[in-house]
Order: sequence, then C-alpha cells, then structure tokens
Amino acid sequence: MMVKLTIPEEELMMPGHVGCLGCGATLAMRYTLKALGKRTIISVPACCWAVMPGVYPYMCLDIPMLYTAFEVTGASISGIRAALTAKGIDDITVVGWAGDGGTADIGIQALSGAVERGTDVMYIMYDNEAYMNTGIQRSSATPIGAWTTTTPVGTTQDWKRMPKKNMVDIMVAHKIPYTATMSVGYPEDMIKKLKKAKGIKGPKFIHIFAPCPTGWRLAPDKTIEIAKMATACGAFPLYEVENGVYKISRKPKELEPILPYLKMQGRFRHLPEDALDDIQTRVTKEWKQLLRLEEFTAGNE
Amino acid sequence: MSKFKRDYKKHQDLPLMPITFVSSEENQTGFWKTFKPVLEKEKCIKCAICWKFCPEPAIDIGDDDYPTFRMEHCKGCGICANECPKDAIQMVMEEE
Amino acid sequence: MVKMVISGNSASAYGSKLARAEVIAAYPITPQTSIIEKIASLVANGEFETQFVKVESEHSAMAACISASLTGARTYTASSSHGLLLMHEMLIWASGARTPVVMSNINRANGPPWSVWADQHDTMAQRDTGWMQIYCESNQEVLDSILMAYKVGESRDIMLPSMIIEDAFILSHTVEPVDMPDQSAVDDFLPAYDPEMKLDVDDPHGFGSLVMPEWYMEFRYKIAEAMDKTRDKLRDVQKDFESRFGRSYGGLMEFYECEDAEAVLVISGSVASTAKEVVDRMRSAGKKVGLARLRYFRPFPVDEVRWLAKNVNCIGIVDRSYCFGHGGPMAAEIYGALMPVADKPIVKNFIAGLGGRDLTPEVLERLYENMLAIRSGGVDMEIEWVDVKDGRGG
Repeated sequence: MMVKLTIPEEELMMPGHVGCLGCGATLAMRYTLKALGKRTIISVPACCWAVMPGVYPYMCLDIPMLYTAFEVTGASISGIRAALTAKGIDDITVVGWAGDGGTADIGIQALSGAVERGTDVMYIMYDNEAYMNTGIQRSSATPIGAWTTTTPVGTTQDWKRMPKKNMVDIMVAHKIPYTATMSVGYPEDMIKKLKKAKGIKGPKFIHIFAPCPTGWRLAPDKTIEIAKMATACGAFPLYEVENGVYKISRKPKELEPILPYLKMQGRFRHLPEDALDDIQTRVTKEWKQLLRLEEFTAGNE
Repeated sequence: MSKFKRDYKKHQDLPLMPITFVSSEENQTGFWKTFKPVLEKEKCIKCAICWKFCPEPAIDIGDDDYPTFRMEHCKGCGICANECPKDAIQMVMEEE
Repeated sequence: MVKMVISGNSASAYGSKLARAEVIAAYPITPQTSIIEKIASLVANGEFETQFVKVESEHSAMAACISASLTGARTYTASSSHGLLLMHEMLIWASGARTPVVMSNINRANGPPWSVWADQHDTMAQRDTGWMQIYCESNQEVLDSILMAYKVGESRDIMLPSMIIEDAFILSHTVEPVDMPDQSAVDDFLPAYDPEMKLDVDDPHGFGSLVMPEWYMEFRYKIAEAMDKTRDKLRDVQKDFESRFGRSYGGLMEFYECEDAEAVLVISGSVASTAKEVVDRMRSAGKKVGLARLRYFRPFPVDEVRWLAKNVNCIGIVDRSYCFGHGGPMAAEIYGALMPVADKPIVKNFIAGLGGRDLTPEVLERLYENMLAIRSGGVDMEIEWVDVKDGRGG
C-alpha cells in the first residue's frame, strides 16, 4: 500500500455488526479503538451499542467488553479500574461507552461520582441526540426544536422546547483534568485528542457527535456531511478543556448559517421561521461565549 | 477458544453467562443493501477517504491502493459515494 | 488465633479483611455505617490492603463490585434497608453475571414509617435475586459466614453471590467475644479468587450480550442448577471449616431440641438466641418445645423443613416481615415445601418484631404456649400479628 492513511490502519471493530445504515455511533467506536488500541477494556450500558455487536455468540470488538445496566457506567468503570489496580495492572485504558441518554440522563449520578473520585478512566458519551435504541425518544441531550417520538410536535407544537444539556460544562465544574468534544466528521481530530486523553491520568470525559440517520430523518449517506455541517455552523463546536483551559479545535472565521443544517434533517422539518431564528440566535450566542471562554482561560494552566 | 463450544446444542455447551466468542464477521450484513457501491477506477485518486468513513468497515485498500468493497458486509449506506472527492463511487441498485 | 470483643459490624469488616477482599465499594447507611468506617480505618492505618471505592450510592456500589468481580477481583460490600432496595436491579445483575460478590446486609425496616431498627423486609424482598442468604445469630457466625460464603460462591460450579445478614443493632452494634482466626489459616481455607473467565485484554470477549429467546432459558437454567448445587456445596464447606476452625452452625437449618418436640418455632436471625433460652426454660418445666433456626433462606432448606414436618406435628413460624396480600415470607415458603408431605403438621404463622419491636423471652414463651395449646384443638388463626394493638390476635 502506497497511500498515506490519515488514521491508524488497525481495525479493532469488525464488520457484521447490526448498526443501521450510515450509523455514526459505529464510526465513533471504530475511530476510538484505533486511537486507544488493544489494551483497552470497555464497559457498555444499555444503548445502541449494547445491541449492535450482535446476539450471542457474536462479538464485533477485539477488546474485552462488559455489558452493563443503563445507569451504572461510571460505577462499572470505577470497579474495573479498582480491580486492575488491586492486581497491579496500570497499562490498560478503562473506557465507559454510553449514549447521551445513558450519560446525561440516567447515568449522570454514577458519572459524577466516578469523576469526583478522580478515577483513572475515560468516559465517552457518543451522542446521537436521543434514545435511539428504544426508537427516538427525547433525552436531555436532544437539541431544542427537534421532533422525537416523545416530542411528537402534534397540533400543539410540542417539539423539544428545552436546549441541549451541556455535559462538558458539567464536567468542567467537576475540575476534570481533560474533557473534549469530537465528531465522527473529523476522525483525525478525534484520534489526536483520544491519544492525548489516553496519556492523562485521572478522569477524562469525551463527547462524540455521532449522527443517527434513522433518528434524525436523514439519508444514510449524509452522516459525515451533516457532522461537518454541525461543526461549521456552530451547532456542535469542537473544543477541549484541559484543567479548565478552553481550546477550540476548529475555528471557522465565520460560522455558516444553521438553516441548511436544520433543513437537511426531517426532525426539524416542522419548525416555523421564528423558531429557526431563535435557534440561530442561540447558536451564535453560545459560539461567542465559547470564544470568550477560550480567551478568558488562556494561559491559566 | 477451546473453552467455548461453537456448535452448542444444549445448556451444558454454554458458558456460565453469555460470553461472546465468535467474530461478527460471520454475520453477513450485506444482504441488507438495496444499493451497492461501484468504483469507477479511472476517476479514483486512491485517497482512501472512502475507507476512512466506512461505518462497517467493509472497504479494503488493496496493494494497488484502489478500494475494494466487501459486499458480504456492505449495507449500502452510500457514505463512501457521498464523501468521495472525485465522484468515483456510484451507488447502483442491487439486482435480485 | 486471638479473641476480640467486637460488634457484628466490626466482625463483618474483619471478615472482609481476612478474606482479603481486593475491591470494596460501599455507601454509608445506618446501621451498616460502622462496617465501612472500620474498613476505612483499617485501610488508612495500612492494616488492610484493598481498593476501597467510596461510591455515591448503593446502586453504584453493587455495579462497581460486579464489574470488579468480572475483572477478576474478590469483592465485598455492605448495605441495609433502603440501600439494599436501591441495589435490587444490580443484585439480579450480580447473579446473572455469575459474580460471587459477598455482601453484609444489616436487616433494617423499610420506610415509611422511617425506622432504623431490626426487621427482615429488606432482605426478604430480595429473595428472587439469585443470591444466597445467610441469617446469622451471633457475631462469630457473621465473621465465619463471610469466609465460607466466598468459598462456596467462588466454586467454579457455583459462581453466585451471597448476602450475610445480621439484625440491626442487636448484632450490628452489640459486642460479643469473637475468635479471630489466623490469617494463614484463613488463606489455607480460602485461596485467592481465580475465575475461569474475566475481562482480559489478551483474551477479549463480550460479557453479557443479548441472547435470543431460543437460548435465554438455558442461561437461566444454569443459574438455577448452580443454586441447587449450593446446598451440598455449603454443607461440604461447613464441614471443611469445622475441621479447621472447630465451629459449625447447622447447615441450612439448625435444629435445637427438635427430635422429640411437641411444638417447634421456626425463627431466623439473632432472636434464635432468645428462643434457645426459652426452650431450655420450658424444657426444664417439662414442656417439649424446640427451635428450628432458618439459616439459609436461599437456597431454601426444603429437605430440612420436610424432616421437621415428619418429626414434629405443630410448627409455628415467626416471620419478622410480611408480604402484603399474602403472609409471612418464611411461612409461605415452608407451606410450599410441605406440599408433598403426607401427614401435614399444624402450621401457624406469627408476624412479630417488625421495625425493631422487641421479641422478648416472654413474647416467645407465649407463642410456644399458644402452639402447645392449639396442638390438640387446631389452628386458631393462620396468621397472627403478635401484640398489634387491637389487631388480629393483638
């Protein structure tokens, strides 16, 4: 092979899994394992990834994987780390791999506990912005304006009315050594950050943007395109926070308007003009806030 | 893998709990597809972007640097065609 | 071997230390707290080398123990009452994942009404979780049971978790002399945990995948089979323990003066000590009474109950909890076990001592007299709430 690959060649995720067509969560796993390598143990609660490896006896990961209950990821990886420490093993990366519902909703207590205790683990939230495994119900990470089966719009304009919960902010409030956002649209950035996180002792929180064509009412070939658009318009900015210092990873000179991003997805189809304007206002404001945070915390190592 | 019996027929053949041990590669998800990717070699610049973005992954980069599609696993999502910078991959209807 | 005068909670902490638990994850709750305080101080003073994860809830405590166990570590936790109830989901997970976690649980009443006192409702409500349950009578039994529970649970043909149960305050906070076995003797009895499979980067597998209906029952059947095997296994382990340490507790059910008894009470927990005194006193007055102390609620002592039914035709069951809409949980299970017995004894269910209500010798003597009286005349009422003010049988 002559071509220079921009991400590691080794595959620790095997095909034959049962992820939907164009699934962003599978790409998230594929890139994560390329970055972290074979000496990784992963704990996975109820989520799409509890089903996608396939039914017994199939496995699609070439690393040990523990299936666990919905709300316990933070506690589970604490237990794995404690056991490894008890055995004198310190060269294994312990990863918690949960969806946005399993992290921002039902699993937030166990996550908070694990991070507060300073546990040497990497907690990864792959964010498809709703409970996709159960069939597209709203989570606290569902963006404002979105249709889901529990925010079904109807005749009363009952779409998701509250903004997306910001897990990175919550992690920063825990004084976490490292937290970052990443997107499957930018695998090189993902791998660079994950490798960096792997080298940091203590808790790490990773937020991966993982588009879900099924739940977002999007053509399955658009997964990467929509992910890139999300970052370009500021709907999902890429940044890291190391010991409280913010650093934006991709900083467009000017944000693209959010409208094309919203228009491409069926889950926002119902939104009237004033609601679309409102989303644009919010995204612009949050982007400015992020720029200021970067400026404000610069040099504060 | 001697601890595991691939050809399990009774409860005694199972491990204590469902401990998985067979590669998902046996599971041929290729039959899901409606469209299949077809490469136009003359357009391909061998950049491997299609390989990079395949969610299965079901694309191999051969010794000649051209991508080949593992049809037994490709579900036909079309990401490769959409991301190809040279439009070298076409999604065509799978024939019965 | 040294003798220490310690509480049941202290005995629990020392039990986990002697067993060399490698990972402990626990959360404080009255009246369990002094167990984890004791462990924390042993760790802080360098006397106990373990990973003590101070989790943010009991649910997380059990989740951490399960995950640590699947990583190959011997694990221990302790809880009580609402903490145990919060764990319920993970208790079922622990047995399903075949993790031989050992837990101390202090029997405490559930709220509301708030109560911190002895009552078995918390553990009885966990009877279907796939855990062995051992109800202890003394602090010595608490310590010894922890060591034996690891040995039984970690056997490769068993691989199931155990709950060591002690009454709130009566055992948990009352000091008694306890023989502290030598570490080397315990190490000989209980070698390091060595599971056949664990999370291992050099031999990667997925633990606990989705199983389709055509194989789900087989995996559950394997748990059922393992739990059935524990009956013989724990008898063997108790024999082994007795030969090394000189103490035994009577298998799944301890019989005290039952052979020729005309009436027997079935009791579990520390009240059994009081009952034994009452039996002695009544026996010396010529009244043939006995005590069957239920040690294991899971696995249930089916054979022992049937043996009892063949020997004694008048059995009173003292439940320290209640299944609303049915009856006392011990009684319900005993009725079930008696089903194939041809000549069924007279059986009566007493509900007594809930929420820490004292079960004094006088109360127990009255129950014995009641049983002796109905022996000829039939059961006055099937379920009697003992000393409930103006209640049935009050």
